[in-house]
Amino acid sequence: MKLTVEQVRHVAALARLSLSEAEELAAVKQLQVVLDAFAELSAIDTSSVAQSEVVDEGGPLRADVVQPPLGVERALANAPARSGSSFSVPKIIE
Amino acid sequence: MAATDLTLLEVAAQLRAGGVSSVEVTKACLQRIERLEPKVHAFVKVDAPGALAAAEASDARRRAGTAASPLDGVPVAVKDMLSTAGLTTTAGSKMLEHFVPPTDATVVAQLRRAGAVLLGKLNQDEFAMGSSTENSAFGPTFNPYDLTRTPGGSSGGSAAAVAARECFASLGTDTGGSIRQPAAFTNVVGLKPTWGRVSRSGVVAFASSLDQVGPLTRTVADAAAMLQVLAAHDPADATSSLRPADDYSVQLDGGVKGLKLGLPREYFVGGLHPEVEAAVRAAAAEYQQQGATLVEVSLPHTRAALATYYMVASAEAASNLSRYDGVRYGHRSADARGLRELYVKSRTEGFGPEVKRRIMLGTFALSSGYADAYYGKAQAVRRLIRRDFEQVFAQVDALLTPVSPVPPFTLGERVSDPMQMYLADVFTIPCSLAGLPGVSVPAGFTTSGLPIGLQLMAPWFEEARLLKVARAYERGHGWATRGPAL
Repeated sequence: MKLTVEQVRHVAALARLSLSEAEELAAVKQLQVVLDAFAELSAIDTSSVAQSEVVDEGGPLRADVVQPPLGVERALANAPARSGSSFSVPKIIE
Repeated sequence: MAATDLTLLEVAAQLRAGGVSSVEVTKACLQRIERLEPKVHAFVKVDAPGALAAAEASDARRRAGTAASPLDGVPVAVKDMLSTAGLTTTAGSKMLEHFVPPTDATVVAQLRRAGAVLLGKLNQDEFAMGSSTENSAFGPTFNPYDLTRTPGGSSGGSAAAVAARECFASLGTDTGGSIRQPAAFTNVVGLKPTWGRVSRSGVVAFASSLDQVGPLTRTVADAAAMLQVLAAHDPADATSSLRPADDYSVQLDGGVKGLKLGLPREYFVGGLHPEVEAAVRAAAAEYQQQGATLVEVSLPHTRAALATYYMVASAEAASNLSRYDGVRYGHRSADARGLRELYVKSRTEGFGPEVKRRIMLGTFALSSGYADAYYGKAQAVRRLIRRDFEQVFAQVDALLTPVSPVPPFTLGERVSDPMQMYLADVFTIPCSLAGLPGVSVPAGFTTSGLPIGLQLMAPWFEEARLLKVARAYERGHGWATRGPAL
């Protein structure tokens, strides 16, 4: 497929990234190279592969034991901004 | 011989014998770090006070006869992908420049419990995305064997620090070759264990179905000793295996007599540097002389692996990195108004160009209308790549290939062309997609003195066999003792 600037803009919006016009044009080119390389894979017959396959080992279950939590102070230690025992963010309701 | 020239097991033996103290070897490493870092830049953070305190505690245990493990007191360092309580963990990104984890990654806790002395945190490509360490937000690492060249990546700091004798072992992470390729570029041993063999808890997530922690060391026996500390089930990582760890040292010197070693023909193709090919073929011939049988085998989907990998890894990265939103930790934009702008500005300011490129690719691959054709197709091809290995391992005991198609390239040479950079991982990626254990072993030097690596792969959870095969080659050579001239 041929990627367009509009598609790149849409993907950037989904990814919560803001690209300059030059970055958008570069992204079109660079993503196109990867998509072109990927196009070769369409020739590979994957009909023998089930939609989902079970992994070899069953999911390891552990006992449901109460563990000490991280605690408010340690959880908030890296917060860019805090208010009391909460993370604080810019106002979102006008 | 300087203390820093000793291998991990040699220095451990001296510590045990009382010939040297942990404080002495830690100081020797710190002095070497101080002298060489302006040239090599393997570290993003050196924790001298923490290291010396840990060394003193180790010496006290020695005196009391309560050494924590055979590695008690040995100075090591870890990639900055691994959480260290109280010590910044940046993942090579501005996004996490000031992030101080509240807890240790399980692998870091394992090292500390074994008594290892943590010297600091090692440089890497941002979020482990890259093959040259040039994508680090804190500047590149330089190859100790040729300072104009890359040490590889993404665990370039982990490889360079061991090669430069700044530490006795390090930990890296490998998603598509990020331990093995830098090991090959710097004349050290780099082991990527089976996916699930080592805990990922507390490791900054890149592509969770591929990420694996492993050691970089000077010798194969050192790698076995490190794996012994790391290989265990971790209740904090539901994907870590319940299978008990093997003893990785007991059969190390068992040799390869009677083993069948496969040479996959898809790995000996155009683009492979002649001196790299010659070194790998010479290693194969030596195995034959030692009594192994060489078998030419085929892994027919090898060519599809690179594109498959970039789709799967980028999709998982886009998902994993959505957590960086400027709310709870990491970079927050100073001038964002409203929540959406907070997300967009924080992410746009915090991530570097390669990380953005992968997030864009992964977001596209998962987006409505394209997910089946791209992500779904890549997952299906990944199963076929795994089946290739299942079939081949029914015929042979281990596989023998190059690590990187080329010797270390010069800094700046590939950074402007993402596809050229991605090709650096073409021989390490299939092993990652299949979740297999793989190791890079020093295999000599080019005529211009650049290190070459030999890659060995074994079936799932057969690390003991893998290391035995690696040791059989290493034993006949002195590559490990040929340090860089710094």
